[in-house]
Amino acid sequence: MKPTTFREISGDSTGFWALLGLLGLLIAAGLGAAWYMEHNGHWVTGMNNQIVWGMPHVFAVFLIVAASGALNVASMASVFGRTALKPLSRLSGLLAIALLAGGLMVLVLDLGHPDRLIMAMMNLNFMSIFAWNIILYNGFFLIVGIYLWTMMEKRANRHTKTAGLFAFVWRLILTTGTGSIFGWLVARQAYDAAIMAPMFIALSFSFGLAIFMLVLFASYRWAGRPLGDYMIVRMQRLLGLFVIAALFFVVVYHLTNLYAAEHRSVEHFMLDGDNVYSGLFWVGYVLLGSLIPMAIAWFGPFRASLGWATTAAALVVAGGLAMMYVIIIGGQAYPLQLFPGKEVSSSFFDGVVNPYSPTLAETLLGIGGVGIALAIVVVGIRLLKFLPLSLEDARVDPHYKADEA
Amino acid sequence: MSDNKIDHYRRRFLGQTAAIAGGATLAGGLLLNAVAEARPADQAASSANRWGLLIDTSKCASDCDECVKACEMEHGWGRGSTDEQKSRPEQKAQWIRKVTVRDRATGHETSLPMMCQHCAHPPCVDVCPTGASMKRADGIVQVDKHRCIGCRYCMMACPYKARSFIHEDLHDQKTESPRGKGTVESCNLCVNRVDRGEQPACAEACPEKAILFGDLKDPGSEIARRLASEPSTEIRGDLGLDLGVRYQHI
Amino acid sequence: MKRYGYPLLPLLALLLTAGTPALAGAPKPDIPEAIKGEQCVEDTEFMRRNHMALLEHQRDDTVRRGIRSKKHSLKNCFTCHVVKGEDGKAVTASDPRHFCRECHDYAAVTVDCWQCHVSTPEAKDGAL
Repeated sequence: MKPTTFREISGDSTGFWALLGLLGLLIAAGLGAAWYMEHNGHWVTGMNNQIVWGMPHVFAVFLIVAASGALNVASMASVFGRTALKPLSRLSGLLAIALLAGGLMVLVLDLGHPDRLIMAMMNLNFMSIFAWNIILYNGFFLIVGIYLWTMMEKRANRHTKTAGLFAFVWRLILTTGTGSIFGWLVARQAYDAAIMAPMFIALSFSFGLAIFMLVLFASYRWAGRPLGDYMIVRMQRLLGLFVIAALFFVVVYHLTNLYAAEHRSVEHFMLDGDNVYSGLFWVGYVLLGSLIPMAIAWFGPFRASLGWATTAAALVVAGGLAMMYVIIIGGQAYPLQLFPGKEVSSSFFDGVVNPYSPTLAETLLGIGGVGIALAIVVVGIRLLKFLPLSLEDARVDPHYKADEA
Repeated sequence: MSDNKIDHYRRRFLGQTAAIAGGATLAGGLLLNAVAEARPADQAASSANRWGLLIDTSKCASDCDECVKACEMEHGWGRGSTDEQKSRPEQKAQWIRKVTVRDRATGHETSLPMMCQHCAHPPCVDVCPTGASMKRADGIVQVDKHRCIGCRYCMMACPYKARSFIHEDLHDQKTESPRGKGTVESCNLCVNRVDRGEQPACAEACPEKAILFGDLKDPGSEIARRLASEPSTEIRGDLGLDLGVRYQHI
Repeated sequence: MKRYGYPLLPLLALLLTAGTPALAGAPKPDIPEAIKGEQCVEDTEFMRRNHMALLEHQRDDTVRRGIRSKKHSLKNCFTCHVVKGEDGKAVTASDPRHFCRECHDYAAVTVDCWQCHVSTPEAKDGAL
C-alpha cells in the first residue's frame, strides 16, 4: 500500500467559517444554559428529587460512550492489524478525545457545585466508580494523546502498536466503568445488572463508529477530498456488525429481566408501558437505530451509497440517544420498590411513576456538549495533519484493480 | 388521738411521699441521662455506639405527621422555613415523610415514617466520588456538605429515596442545620441533638411514642432490649444493608 | 541600552505604579469592633493568619468526627463578631458591613460559607 499523505484542510471557504460559527453558537448556548442553571439553581430545570439525572446526562453519557467507541477504528488498525484502516487512525483518535471532552463538559457543568471539582479530585473515594471514572477519563486524554503523537511523529511510529494496545485496553476499562455507574446500583429495578458493563461496551462500538462515519463523510464531502466506495462499504458493514452485537446484549438484558418475576413489572413498564420510554425503545432504538441500519448494511441495493451510509449512521446516533434516554430517565421514572408487591404512597412521590419534562436550558446544555466535540474536530483537522489527502479506492483498497473503477 | 399526733403522722406521710416522689423523679432523670449518653463535646464520636431507631407502626396514625413537622422545625425545611419558594413540589426537600403501604390483595393499610435508614453498608457512601456522603463512627450516615459537589449519584443509589437535592438559593436556615443550593442532604438522625445527649426531634415529638431512639450496641438500652425480645423488620432487608432503623408491625 | 532598555521600560513603569493604590490611600478594611469581650478566643495575629485553617480543617473534625469544641465553633464567633444594622438587628453576610465581608471584600477572596451557614447569631426567641 502506498504511504498516506496527511494534510490539514484549507479552511478558507465560507462554508468552513459558517460551520465554525454555527458550532460556536451551539457552544455559547450551552455555556449560557450552564450559567443560568448554576446561578439560579436546578429549580429552573426539569430535574427533581425523583429524576435526578436528566437530558444533560443523556447527552453526556452518550458522548462518553461514543468517545471510547470512536477510538475503535484506530484500535482495529494498530491492535488488530487491519492495515486498510490505518489512514483513518488519526481522525479516530482526535474524535475520541473530542467526544469525551464534550461529554465531560456537560457532566461537570451540570454539577451543583462545579467549583469544588479540584477539591473533589484530591479526596477521591475509591469505592465509588465515579471516582475511578475521573481517573479513567483523564487517563484516556493522556493515553490517546500519546497514541496520536506516536502516529503523527515519524520517529515515534514504531511505538504506535504498543500505544494502541494500551489505549484499547484503557478504553475497555473506561466503558466498563461507565456501564457500571448504572450496573452497580442495587436500588433500582432497571439497573443492578452485571450485563450493563459489556452492554455499554457493545453500544460504544456502534455509537462510536456511527459518529465517526458521519464526521468522515462530512469532512471529505465539504473539504472536497475523494472518498472511495471501498471505505464506505467497509464502514457500512462494520456498522451493521456492531449494531447486531449491541442489540444482542440489549436482548439478553431484557430477556433475563423478563424471566425473573421480580423484574417483570419494570420490564412491562419499559417495553410495554403506555409511556414515552416504550416508544423510544421500540421505534427509536430497535427499529430506527438497529433494524434499519442493519438492513442498509447488508442488503445489496444500499451498498456503496454515501447517502444510505450517512442515513444508517445518523439513525444509529438517533437510536443511541433514544436508548440512553430510556436507560437513564426510564430507569429513574420507575418507582423504587420499598415494599415489593404492595401499593405505596406518600408526600414524597413514593410508589408513582415519576414524570419528567426536560426544559430548554438542560437540553441546550447537552447540545452544547455536542458542539464542543465537533468544534474540537473541525479546529483539529484545520490545524494539524489528521485527514488523509485522499481515500480513493486506488489508494486504500488492498484488492484494487484499475479496470474495476 | 390528739391533733398533734394526727398532724405528726400527716406530716410524716407527706414528707415520705415527697421524698419518694423526689427520689423517683431524680432517679428517672439520671436514668434518661444515662440512656442519652451525652459524651463531652470535644470528644470524637465512637464506634462503641451505634445509634438507631425502632419504629412501632401499630402506634402510627395515618393522619398524624408530628414527626415530619418536628423535623421540619428542627432543621428548617418544608414548613420550618420560608425557603424553597421557587422549587416545584417534586423539587422540594423532604428529610422524613409518612408513607402509606397498602396490601393489594387484602386492602390492609399501614402508615409509617420513612427517613434515612442509616445503613451499616450504605450504598450512598459507596458511590460518593468525594467522600461527602459518609458514615460517622457511631453509625450516623450524613452528607459532609463542605465536600459535596452536587453530582446526585447518592440519590440514584439510595434504595429508600432518603436524599434530597437543594434546587435554589436558601436564606432561612437554622444555625445548627446548615443547608445550601447545589448540595444533597438527608436525615442525619439529628446529629446536633444526639451529640448533646438529646433524642432526634421526630422521636421526641411523636405523641404515641412510636419512635424509640437509642444505642443499638448498648445491651442495657431500651432499644437493644426490645430488639432482642420482640420481632422487628428492616425495609428491603433483602439488600443486606444492615439498617440502623427497624420497624415493627408493618 | 537601546536593544534591552526599551522592553524594560514598561516593566519598570509597572513596578513603580504597583504601589500607587496604597500610596493614594485606597480604602483599607474597616474592621468592625466586636460587640463584647476583651479579646477573641485566640490572638488577633493568630486569627488573621490561621482563621482559615480553623475553619477549613476544624470543620472536618466537627462534621466527620463529631468533635465540637465550643471555643472554635462558628456559632461562638458570632456571639461577639456582630455588626448591627439600622434596625438594631445583626446584618447578614449579604451586607458589606458584615464582619467577614469587610476583609474578604478588600482581599477579593470569595467564601461560600454563607450559602449554607447562617451568618448571624441565633436569636434568643428562636426567630432569626
